[in-house]
Amino acid sequence: MPTPASIGLSREDLPNSYIGRSVPRPNLPKLVQGRATYTDDVVLPRMLHAAFLRSPHAHARILAIRTEAALAVPGVVRVFTGADLAKVCDPWVAVLDHLKGMKSAPQHPLPLERATWQGEAVVAVLADTRAAAEDGVAALEVDWDPLPAQTDMETALDAGTTVIHPELGDNLVFTRTATKGDVDAAFAAAHKVVEATFVTGRHTGVTLEPRSIIADYNRADGTLTVHQATQAPHMMQTVYAKHLRMEEGQVRVICKDVGGSFGIKVHVYPDEVAVAAMARILGRPVKFIADRFESFASDIHARDHRIKARMAVEADGTIIGFDVDDLTGIGPYSVYPRTSAMEGNQVVNLVGGPYDFAHYRCTTRVVLQNKAPTCQYRAVGHPIATAVTEGLVEMAARALGMDPIELRRRNMIRDDAYPFTSPPGMRFEGLSHHASLDKLLEMVPVARIRADQAEQRKKGVYRGLGFAAFIELTNPSPFMYGIGGARISAQDGCTVRMDPDGSVVASSGVTEQGQGTEAILAQIVAHGVGVPVERVKIITGDTLNTPYGGGTWACRGAGIGGEAALQSALALKAQILEVAGAMLQAPPESLDIVMGHITDRATGAERMTLHELGRIVYFRGDTLPRDLPRELVQTRHFITKEYPFAFTNGIQACWAEVDTDTGMVKLLEHWVVEDCGRVVNPLLVDEQVRGGVVQGLGGALYEHCVYDERGNLLTTTMADYLVPMSAEMPDIHVGHVETPTKESLLGAKGAGEAGTAGAPGALLNAINDALAPLGAQVLEQPFTPARILAALGRF
Amino acid sequence: MMITLTVNGERVTRHVEPRRHLIDFLRLDLGLTGSHAGCEHGVCGACTVRVDGEIVRGCLVLAASLDGAEVTTIEGLTDSGEVADLQEAFVARNAAQCGFCTPGMVMAAADILRHHADADRAAIREHLSGNYCRCTGYQAIVDAVAATLSERAIHTPADAGRGDRTQEAGR
Amino acid sequence: MKWPALGYLRASSLDELWRALGDGAQILAGGQTLLATLAFRLSEPGTLVDITRIPELRGITVTGGVLRVGALTRHAELGRDALVARHAPLLTQAVPHIAHPAIRNRGTIGGSLAYADPAAELPACAVALNATLVLARAGGERRIKATEFFTGLLTTALEPGEIIAAVEFPLAGPSQRATILEVARRSGDYAMAGLAAVLDLGADGRIASPRLTFFGVGEGPVLAKNANAALEGRVLDAAAIAAAQAALEGDLDPPADLHGPPAMKRHLCRVLLGRALQSFTPATEQAA
Repeated sequence: MPTPASIGLSREDLPNSYIGRSVPRPNLPKLVQGRATYTDDVVLPRMLHAAFLRSPHAHARILAIRTEAALAVPGVVRVFTGADLAKVCDPWVAVLDHLKGMKSAPQHPLPLERATWQGEAVVAVLADTRAAAEDGVAALEVDWDPLPAQTDMETALDAGTTVIHPELGDNLVFTRTATKGDVDAAFAAAHKVVEATFVTGRHTGVTLEPRSIIADYNRADGTLTVHQATQAPHMMQTVYAKHLRMEEGQVRVICKDVGGSFGIKVHVYPDEVAVAAMARILGRPVKFIADRFESFASDIHARDHRIKARMAVEADGTIIGFDVDDLTGIGPYSVYPRTSAMEGNQVVNLVGGPYDFAHYRCTTRVVLQNKAPTCQYRAVGHPIATAVTEGLVEMAARALGMDPIELRRRNMIRDDAYPFTSPPGMRFEGLSHHASLDKLLEMVPVARIRADQAEQRKKGVYRGLGFAAFIELTNPSPFMYGIGGARISAQDGCTVRMDPDGSVVASSGVTEQGQGTEAILAQIVAHGVGVPVERVKIITGDTLNTPYGGGTWACRGAGIGGEAALQSALALKAQILEVAGAMLQAPPESLDIVMGHITDRATGAERMTLHELGRIVYFRGDTLPRDLPRELVQTRHFITKEYPFAFTNGIQACWAEVDTDTGMVKLLEHWVVEDCGRVVNPLLVDEQVRGGVVQGLGGALYEHCVYDERGNLLTTTMADYLVPMSAEMPDIHVGHVETPTKESLLGAKGAGEAGTAGAPGALLNAINDALAPLGAQVLEQPFTPARILAALGRF
Repeated sequence: MMITLTVNGERVTRHVEPRRHLIDFLRLDLGLTGSHAGCEHGVCGACTVRVDGEIVRGCLVLAASLDGAEVTTIEGLTDSGEVADLQEAFVARNAAQCGFCTPGMVMAAADILRHHADADRAAIREHLSGNYCRCTGYQAIVDAVAATLSERAIHTPADAGRGDRTQEAGR
Repeated sequence: MKWPALGYLRASSLDELWRALGDGAQILAGGQTLLATLAFRLSEPGTLVDITRIPELRGITVTGGVLRVGALTRHAELGRDALVARHAPLLTQAVPHIAHPAIRNRGTIGGSLAYADPAAELPACAVALNATLVLARAGGERRIKATEFFTGLLTTALEPGEIIAAVEFPLAGPSQRATILEVARRSGDYAMAGLAAVLDLGADGRIASPRLTFFGVGEGPVLAKNANAALEGRVLDAAAIAAAQAALEGDLDPPADLHGPPAMKRHLCRVLLGRALQSFTPATEQAA
């Protein structure tokens, strides 16, 4: 059995040691030269373009749809309503069996009777250009009967409120309480209890490439080919087959380059299923590229939470426990197939995450609203749980007059305490909170910053330093979705082959949306087989040509897909060496492969090239022993076994200045230490982390999907929904502690969401540290100038 | 209406509908898919191209108005070799992730190289502040532009001596 | 969304323009606002008449004791022009606040003034500098003060068939102090509140002809009459600043928007007023 040491994972000086090395991404040159292929770049013969009429009302009955004028528009080919599509497409209900008591209503690609959020696609127009399709939409006439909209999650469960789906009885989708110990007694006896109500703003992902799909049903062979910007091609294959009443094998999903995902592109969108259904009916390709207005109104939103939370501490700073009530509004439907209960569920799982404490009570209630559906978005639930936990920790430190770092050190789970089960029942294999804190303190000049802070305050300049420790759930096992009945693979596979010229091709079930998945797979395969990384080509994003797998989400690309790649690469290497042994009349174990050469393991002497070995195997197999196995292609699959999830951890620090006259926050500097297990490529991980931090800072400072009380979305353009831009973002310093998971040989846990998980909490604490001398604090994200000025009583 | 213009050094004549914006003209009529439509209302910068030598938002220009104009896209900029060093720096620093913003970002960064050779990190951030990137933290992009400016300064003695801009601020 | 069907004509001279300006025709200059709004499909644009190649609308000159800026002057040109920097330095200061480089390469001063966005910088600068707009129509032209040109939300004194040909700015004298400040969420965003401040500061430290003009806080540029009156003839000191801040209350009637309530905008305006005037005090100028 290979071990990390035996395959050189701890050494970076070997020629083939690509794991742990900053190798530039092989697929970057095409991106910087404009030679990528995004879904919208694909043009197929006879392709039609779809545009949708979307509900102008948050809640309305559809009385009549008149299509004559639309059909008369030049270029318009067909118009489809919900009833048209229901003939070929079955509705779905997004619940998971293991989320006890969860309920949601059946959802069709286009609604049959009612629109339940502003922006819901209601009628589809197909035309020979997108512009003509939009002309057709403008010519549609729909008679609406507006209904009362349920928009306030606080009143969603009140008697007499509008029940969005009457057949469900009420607007409660899911509720769960986790308890440990005796919270009431412990809090009653505590030295101090700090409490606050936190609000996180409804966000959306704003992938720069909008949702994009081309569906092409070919009647000649009965296949549906879908080009789609998705994170999970195999999941989508299953969904299309199931709901369009086809066999899975008749459906092929291809995703070439994907322009960002962040969880936005891992869900089933009714308008995209509508595109597949229309292609199925017409037998020709249909393209739909969401425009930006459609993105804001119909991409999933996230993080619409109100959290009442309190924390009890002893006089010495020991955390006694947490008591948390989370309420979240998810729109009118739970989103298929992952469900919209996961975010609240994660809050329950993650509050208090870094700390060792005895008493815990956390409830989430997930309720329906007439707003865009919410679902999993980068670092699902983590930024919420982290901001609540770390906000309370620093409030407690202030209440006790204690250094917030010291309070954390006192309560963080010891680095030698693992395995450890947290109060809500999360099992941690191995985390490094103390080592990460130590590393952070090496990077952050705390003493200099505190001195500067004091000096600046004398001049009326208010600066604050805030910290946020966090845990992050990665590498989910079947306990995340499969156990609940969703056909989302927790296992992933990789097939690695050697071609006659000695080059290697690997195909993987995980996907690339910019993280660098293909780069790390190439590194791992090159390392595992023993070839230069330039000699490895990677295939992802095609259900017909890759092993079945789950795709890329929950940071599983490296941890699951990477391990499958490593195991299959090692298997190929063993197979090559067996063939080489026969050729060279040497025991295979005496040979090695280094940079594309078969070498003598003891002396390092080169014996033959892989090119030569390939020539003989493929073209002169007659010269090899007759029964010699010679399959220069190997496949391995990987699934975690011991733990339902891997957990990573880390800590961030944010140094910010608040202009107390304008309420503007200036980000001065930001630091992150994270432990994602084995770092496959530091260059990629660092910018991943930075991107995650910026996305977290965006949510904390700018981003907000604002609705009025009638359910009208007010932030419909990029000028209204503000995302972080280069001028306002700070330089971000990234450090690492590596605690590889023992679940795999590779030891990678995943790094895509750590930045987002911790950044809002760190900024929350930095702002409140700055405001503390003025007796003000802010707890409602985003921390806008208006909220900061209001907290300061400036208007 | 018919227009004749120069795109990436090649003369093209096409019939265009007046409602066609420059990015759809480039993508749909000329097959130049390197420029991307990210918002189509002038905010995201993914459609940044050069018209008559200066960067513009491709979604805020009528193709019909460009009769006689000279347009350069990421494809032409690449082929000319003008920013080969910048593109190499983007690769070396991992200054692109999903790549959807990248062609527009490279066009905007090329503008810094042409007009603002003395830009520091803050000036680079400011100049790129109209180009939205959701994946990187912008830092690698700033690094790549700063590194290219430094390299060019070293190879242009008259401008030398501005020091190494590649250091992270605050370090 | 894709733009709705529209017509397009290019006028290469004023004579051609007058012939083209029929019913439903809209002027297309830099297009940085007009074309962005087309993507919302809120209106039928009719025919766009492209004026960008009309030579009479170009050029920056000093003639007859004024700085004349042609309507087609692009923001980027305005920002780097030496005559502008010398005679109307407020404009030079304003340009970096306008959106982003790619927008500034297309957008024109005439377009910005004609669109009259209440949060835009150049309309406020025109009012603060007491500019005169030269409006041209078939068979003639007229001049109108910027203060009279902006008549309401996105509305101006332009009549059908009339265009902005140029903007004339009085030449800044040595005693002029000018600055533009704004509070914007991100670089290049429209301001939550902005101030274009122009005044003369005599050798005796007294203020003359103050023209504090706020933007982003009303239906158009807001010339702060009460605050300006409170400053006129006073020595610029803390008391004068406080008096102007107190007087400002009566100048403003800001609407609520996504950024916050009217009270917040009033507060921001007071802050900007204080900062602008503070920057003109001898102590600050010496420190700079």
